[in-house]
Amino acid sequence: MRRTFLSANPSVLWFLLALALVTLGVTVMAEAGTISTSFVKTLGKTLCLCLIAVAMDVVWGYCGILSLGHFAFFGIGGYAIGMWLMYARTEEIVALSLAAQALPPTAEEIRSAIGTQIFGVVGSSEFPLIWALADRPWLQLPMIVLLPGLLALVFGWLAFRSRVTGVYLSILTQAMTLALSLYLFQNDSGLRGNNGLSGLQNIPGLKGVGQDRISIWFFWGSAAALAVGYVFFAWIVSGKMGSVIRAIRDDEARVRFLGYHVESFKLFVFTVTAMVAGVAGALYYPQAGIINPAEIAPIASIYLAVWVAIGGRGRLYGAVIGAAFVSLLSSWFTGGGAPPVPIGFYTIHWTDWWLVLLGLSFVAVTLFFPKGIGGLFDLVQPRPVADRQGDYGPDAGAWRREEGEP
Amino acid sequence: MLRAVLLALAALVWLPAAAVAEDLQTLLQAHKAEIEAPSRRSVGEVLDRLVASGLPGVPLFLERWQDKRVFLRASDGLFYYATPEGDGYLLTAVSDDRAAGTASRAEMTELRPNGGVRKAIADALVEFQLSDPDIGRRRSAVDAIARSGSANQLAPLRASIPTEPNPALKAAKERLADILAARFAPTADARVEAIANLGDDVSVDVRAVLNQILATTTGVARVLPEGANIARVLTPGSEALPVGTAYGLLVEAGLVPPVVGRDDIKAALVAHIEGGRVGGVAVEDLGSDAARLFAYAALADAGVVPPTLAPNEQDAALAAHVFYEEYVEPDPAISDAAGDALRAIETRVGAYQVADIILDALSLASIYFLAAIGLAITFGVMGVINMAHGEFIMMGAYTGYVVQQFVPGYTLSILVALPAAFAVTFTAGVAMERLVIRHLYHRPLETLLATFGISIGLQQLAKNIFGTQARPLTSPAWLDGALSINDVVSISYIRIAIFGLALMFLGLILFILKRTRLGLEMRAVTQNPGMAASVGINPDRINMLTFGLGSGIAGIAGVAIGLYAKVTSEMGADYIVQSFMTVVVGGVGNVWGALAGAALIGFLQKLIEWVNPSNTLAAQTYMILFIILFIQFRPKGIVALKGRAAGD
Repeated sequence: MRRTFLSANPSVLWFLLALALVTLGVTVMAEAGTISTSFVKTLGKTLCLCLIAVAMDVVWGYCGILSLGHFAFFGIGGYAIGMWLMYARTEEIVALSLAAQALPPTAEEIRSAIGTQIFGVVGSSEFPLIWALADRPWLQLPMIVLLPGLLALVFGWLAFRSRVTGVYLSILTQAMTLALSLYLFQNDSGLRGNNGLSGLQNIPGLKGVGQDRISIWFFWGSAAALAVGYVFFAWIVSGKMGSVIRAIRDDEARVRFLGYHVESFKLFVFTVTAMVAGVAGALYYPQAGIINPAEIAPIASIYLAVWVAIGGRGRLYGAVIGAAFVSLLSSWFTGGGAPPVPIGFYTIHWTDWWLVLLGLSFVAVTLFFPKGIGGLFDLVQPRPVADRQGDYGPDAGAWRREEGEP
Repeated sequence: MLRAVLLALAALVWLPAAAVAEDLQTLLQAHKAEIEAPSRRSVGEVLDRLVASGLPGVPLFLERWQDKRVFLRASDGLFYYATPEGDGYLLTAVSDDRAAGTASRAEMTELRPNGGVRKAIADALVEFQLSDPDIGRRRSAVDAIARSGSANQLAPLRASIPTEPNPALKAAKERLADILAARFAPTADARVEAIANLGDDVSVDVRAVLNQILATTTGVARVLPEGANIARVLTPGSEALPVGTAYGLLVEAGLVPPVVGRDDIKAALVAHIEGGRVGGVAVEDLGSDAARLFAYAALADAGVVPPTLAPNEQDAALAAHVFYEEYVEPDPAISDAAGDALRAIETRVGAYQVADIILDALSLASIYFLAAIGLAITFGVMGVINMAHGEFIMMGAYTGYVVQQFVPGYTLSILVALPAAFAVTFTAGVAMERLVIRHLYHRPLETLLATFGISIGLQQLAKNIFGTQARPLTSPAWLDGALSINDVVSISYIRIAIFGLALMFLGLILFILKRTRLGLEMRAVTQNPGMAASVGINPDRINMLTFGLGSGIAGIAGVAIGLYAKVTSEMGADYIVQSFMTVVVGGVGNVWGALAGAALIGFLQKLIEWVNPSNTLAAQTYMILFIILFIQFRPKGIVALKGRAAGD
């Protein structure tokens, strides 16, 4: 008998339930004033990070591609929405100031005033070509998914076609991220160089609405996006396609010999996750209020991998837990929330030592708990382990410390 | 005593004769008024007289005059040199600088030549200094002429050339004479000849002189003027002459009326709003350029504002005139010669620049090689990506810094720092291999992440210990400065030293790999770990030593990099991606591959920087894009391992 999607994946229901409870709880507390607007924003941002972590888990934990470039797609999504937000916001301000003049402004004047306002910091007032759609949201907003998708498609096609795999691919994606962030750092990239785009928390058309309201709307939006993304990816990784994807992770060559077109599957996973990363970024940066090229430096993508690894690869809820846990813990430690620990001759201030702790715990997790935090759930309900028979097949070396262990 | 008396006698006999010929004081008295209150215009004549007199005291007088040490005594109206002494002055005579008593402050008036006059005096002095017995003064005289060349210095400069004993200074004088002659020689032929002599000199001042001769002014006329030395004819709308500038030239020449700009139209319209209407148009309809032009035209017809030209009329005016660049130099023979010389020089400069870029690229490549070779070895032998490699580089640099705090003398401390850095990072590498990497051999992606965890931990640790500001790693004095071959090609000694260091390590690593037991075993494990284990090599031990060796070299690279770049906790991160690129491009597990990769990346980066010099960030972007494309064609790098060693 064919089982339904949900009965085959009970974790999806549990996850949606937990997410709904969290959303409800945060909403109630925000309405009651127990938690501040900025904390609601932090939680909303965390949900966006969870979404990109889920995407990262699919591409790494399920498909075996350790992409160190997904935060670049996240950033592109942020830039894509940021261009529209900044343009629309500046347009409102400019229209207000030009209305005070004796003559009604010409379209030309409005545009050049907006240009001066936006690009004044990089010594320019001309609109670069990439801003061509910024004044039309119905054309600009699709860029949130189209741009990351296109970049991932081209890059992935080039990389997978020439059979770049493993650490090579990781390094290559890292290089791509670095190239993108260095490009954006230039003043003449047309995206305001290292100033980035700012004032993104002001949503056009919502002038009279306070930030407390907007922040809770964005929180709901992020939660909805996470829910939809989670179900979507759970659907992708279950069923036949999911099996092929996991098989690619375990032994690419065998899948190829079985007749599957491995490159297409990898390209599909890579592109789709990039698009979801773009959506996550588009929801994240209006809550952060500012985006600059430092956000998409390679280190950010590596942190993404860290979250997923700590949360537990190969299970979607693991990625969510990892992203939420580590990023919230990180902001607690670096924000000075953690109390300093005196050890006699020295006092450990966590703002200084948090990264050391993170690095070490990361090594520890990789060494001792490869399943991550998500592995704890196996204590409650053990995962069925495939009943493997026979040889492990060819691997990197014939020399083994103990025979029979992969 | 007797000798002194005799000398005094001789002086008594000789002095009147000199005085008859002419005494300096007498000469000065003849021009007293001009010397007392000289002006820039009048002083030239006095200086000429003084120089022409050929009196031995003249150079000294000019120097002191320039230094404001010449005084006029009110009582006898004579000039004296004076030095402050107590309340008054100690005087010496102008003619022979002998003591001439003292004077109170009140009776002496200091001569205060102004800046312009002092400059004229300095110019006059240069002639004397050119033949001064002291080579330092001759050299500074030549430099002074080079700074402020003028026509009247040419003759004394040429006169001083035959007697110049120092060959280097003689060559400099000859070159300077050519430079002056190119601008100031009296005849066109002499100038052309001098210009031709300059054609093989790439120095900046020669190029400046030629460019000065080739200076142009932009002009406009209905037809090209006859007899003018035209450099080129410009087309309006081209890059050299945008339409706006061209029209500005027409306006400046008074050939067309000025165009009323958008802002002026707006201001004029605002000024003429009457009852919500201007020029017959309602104000709220003026939201477009066309409507504004229409309203302005109406105002112009009414005669309240000056008329403006329509765009097509502007185009017609541009088409009716010819725009050209004209040489300031009227003689075409000279400007042609200068143009030829400049082209010849630019060709040579181009060649030298290529040489300079090659040197730069070589030094960059050697840095990348040093940074990447350790990575290439560990990656090749163990298939392990060490993300903390950059932090080992940083660790080496900080070791150098710490050593410098304790070991006096920069030369000694560097010599101590190199092995110390190797020891520290070797130990760290072995510890990391034993504690972490050994457990992750069959999970390469997780090695990457675990080493990344170590990397962020180490980076923050360094920040906690050494602070966020950059620490200096000072190079010995003998590494300061640069070897400059001419004005174009130069390379700093530190870069040469790093190049040498890289060569040394290339040799050392080749020796270890090809000539020692360890190297043999390392190569065996690289090619086939299983087979190597079967013939009795302990891969565990080899891996540990390899990792130590690779990390140790990173430490040495850190000292080398720290010598010319700043030592910060983030310096490793700056090199890690380049190092990965080097390894990936070059090919894994091969010294020659790392060398080829480093060379390719170094040269490529310099080449891109040369094509687009303003933007080093863009250079890195393009380089990474190139590498991504390069991987498409040679996925295993330039020097790929063949056979079963290649893995898949």
